[in-house]
Amino acid sequence: MTQVRLADLTKIFDDDFAAVNDLSLDIESGTLTALLGPSGCGKTTTMKMIAGLLRPTAGDIYFNDNSILDIAPEKRGAVMVFQNYLLFPYMNVGDNIGFGLKMRRVDKREIRRRVAEMLELVQLPGIEKRKPSQLSGGQQQRVALARALIVEPNVLLLDEPLSNLDAHLRDEMRELVRSIQRELQITTIFVTHDQEEAVVLADEIALMFDGVLQQYAPPAEFFEAPSTVAIARFFGGLNFIPGTLENGAIHCPCGSFQAPKSGVKAGVSTLSIRPEAIQLGGRGHNDVEGVIRSHVYVGRYARFRIDIGEFQVEAVTEPSQVQHHQDGSTVTLHFPPEKIWVLPPEEEHKDEGNESAG
Amino acid sequence: MASIQSATQLREKLPFNWGSLLRWLGIAMLLLWLIAPMIPLFIWSIAYRWFFPNILPASYNMRAWEYAFSPAAGALESLYITTYIAVVVTLLSILVGVPAGRALGLHRFRGKRIIELLILSPTIIPSLAVILGIHVVFIRLGIANSVLGVILVHLIPGLPYMTLVMAGVFANYDPQFEEQARSLGAGPIATIWYVMIPTVMPGIIVGGLFTFLISWAQYITTLIIGGGRVQTLPLKLFNFVSSTDYPVTGALGIIFIAPGVLVLLLTSRYLTGRSAVGGIGNI
Repeated sequence: MTQVRLADLTKIFDDDFAAVNDLSLDIESGTLTALLGPSGCGKTTTMKMIAGLLRPTAGDIYFNDNSILDIAPEKRGAVMVFQNYLLFPYMNVGDNIGFGLKMRRVDKREIRRRVAEMLELVQLPGIEKRKPSQLSGGQQQRVALARALIVEPNVLLLDEPLSNLDAHLRDEMRELVRSIQRELQITTIFVTHDQEEAVVLADEIALMFDGVLQQYAPPAEFFEAPSTVAIARFFGGLNFIPGTLENGAIHCPCGSFQAPKSGVKAGVSTLSIRPEAIQLGGRGHNDVEGVIRSHVYVGRYARFRIDIGEFQVEAVTEPSQVQHHQDGSTVTLHFPPEKIWVLPPEEEHKDEGNESAG
Repeated sequence: MASIQSATQLREKLPFNWGSLLRWLGIAMLLLWLIAPMIPLFIWSIAYRWFFPNILPASYNMRAWEYAFSPAAGALESLYITTYIAVVVTLLSILVGVPAGRALGLHRFRGKRIIELLILSPTIIPSLAVILGIHVVFIRLGIANSVLGVILVHLIPGLPYMTLVMAGVFANYDPQFEEQARSLGAGPIATIWYVMIPTVMPGIIVGGLFTFLISWAQYITTLIIGGGRVQTLPLKLFNFVSSTDYPVTGALGIIFIAPGVLVLLLTSRYLTGRSAVGGIGNI
């Protein structure tokens, strides 16, 4: 049972590039935490610092309130599984999995027994004698996982564990990782650039842009209560209308809306509403007029692009709605008050993931 | 080698029978190149009377072989000292060449090109030019005319090959394997032993083979630094060549060549593939 705490962790590389900037995280023991962000945002650097493979420029890392900065990587009990598995090609599967125990001078017969147990756990029994080159990507991934789990790590670090697998295998591995993690109760941190993967797997998500922590919260909060427009965009938010918040209502150029839920107190702000929350057809309050610019029929749902004055929003609705609304026609939209979330105003440059909000 | 390679490339363009013909031609030429020079040596070693227009000797005996293996010839002693020197030179160059190759292959640093050139320079500059200067230094250090001196001087032509082969191997080496090992609980030394060495082993074998053969074949460096006291096989062989006793020269010649061919055959499976070619391609 290991609780991990990162305190003002910073890594600056030779070329004055801050890969990780002042990162502080409190990771509960036994949880599964995702470090999420676009590539190059410092996720893997963070992970290597926890594993002891990189030394932070500043800040500290604590396992159960003890700083581990001066502990060698092999003694930290923080085992990292790399994105490309890195199975030792000249060893068979059994020797690969047993490697950590061999380094701990465990008796050979005991190693053999535990290796068999681990292969059982990752659902690949009896393949000890095979060479890594004879395994499929998914099998290699499982062997790499077994190799890490066999040493009973305090902290398990997974670098993009699923990114090299095809979609079908990914679902399978996701469930396997989740169930093993629940069963063994290992504090697990994994890195991913895929927000869906983070949402499905993680208890908590730490979202990073450009080495800076944006938001650290359970997955649902990134949808319901993101703290900036950039975060909302990263999680698939599309509809943002600038306005001014006053007494629980946001006043936009196109109208005023009741907005009881807000991340800001008052003043200049941004209204956000997820595409699936927008309803076609008025309810008498929180309504706004728009013109349908285009629509796509997807089968399970339909997607409308609607102009509201100078702003454009997207609405995802029941597929049957395409029969009632033509392109170019005027439509009344309803923004349910409890589905509106008010954000701070959007910053200047809009590039996704390039935002460095304070 | 070259003929085999070009034959394989051509095979893709030509109809099947032509390609395979070229390939066999290549192999035949290679064998001819390796084996043919040994045939006259062998015949000489067992010839008793062999006069001009005869293609083969008039009669045969084993005198030369008996002499070559007798203590009077000192050939076995030479075989021992040559092997001893070559093995020590190879081990030392592995000890120096692996870390040096790692630095050159894996890291970028200031002046790297210059260091690469310096390492290559012994293969460009004739050893005779350097050896006389080294001789003076070795006399002062008291290691001239000794096996130690010969070992050290053999490192000069041997080390560049070892280092450059290892630089090529390390250029294709993923140091993340070492990070993985550390993370799994291996200390720094265990990581070198269980991860780095097995991974670069083909390069060590190829580089070691080069170094062994280079040391094995050294003549002028051994002659000058050894001062005639260190009688390696090439020196011994040259004595007999100049004494015009051709049968003994032939027998010694075979004793001289055989171990090299043996080492080559034992390690030949490492000579193909990326590890070996990578090193040379990198120069």
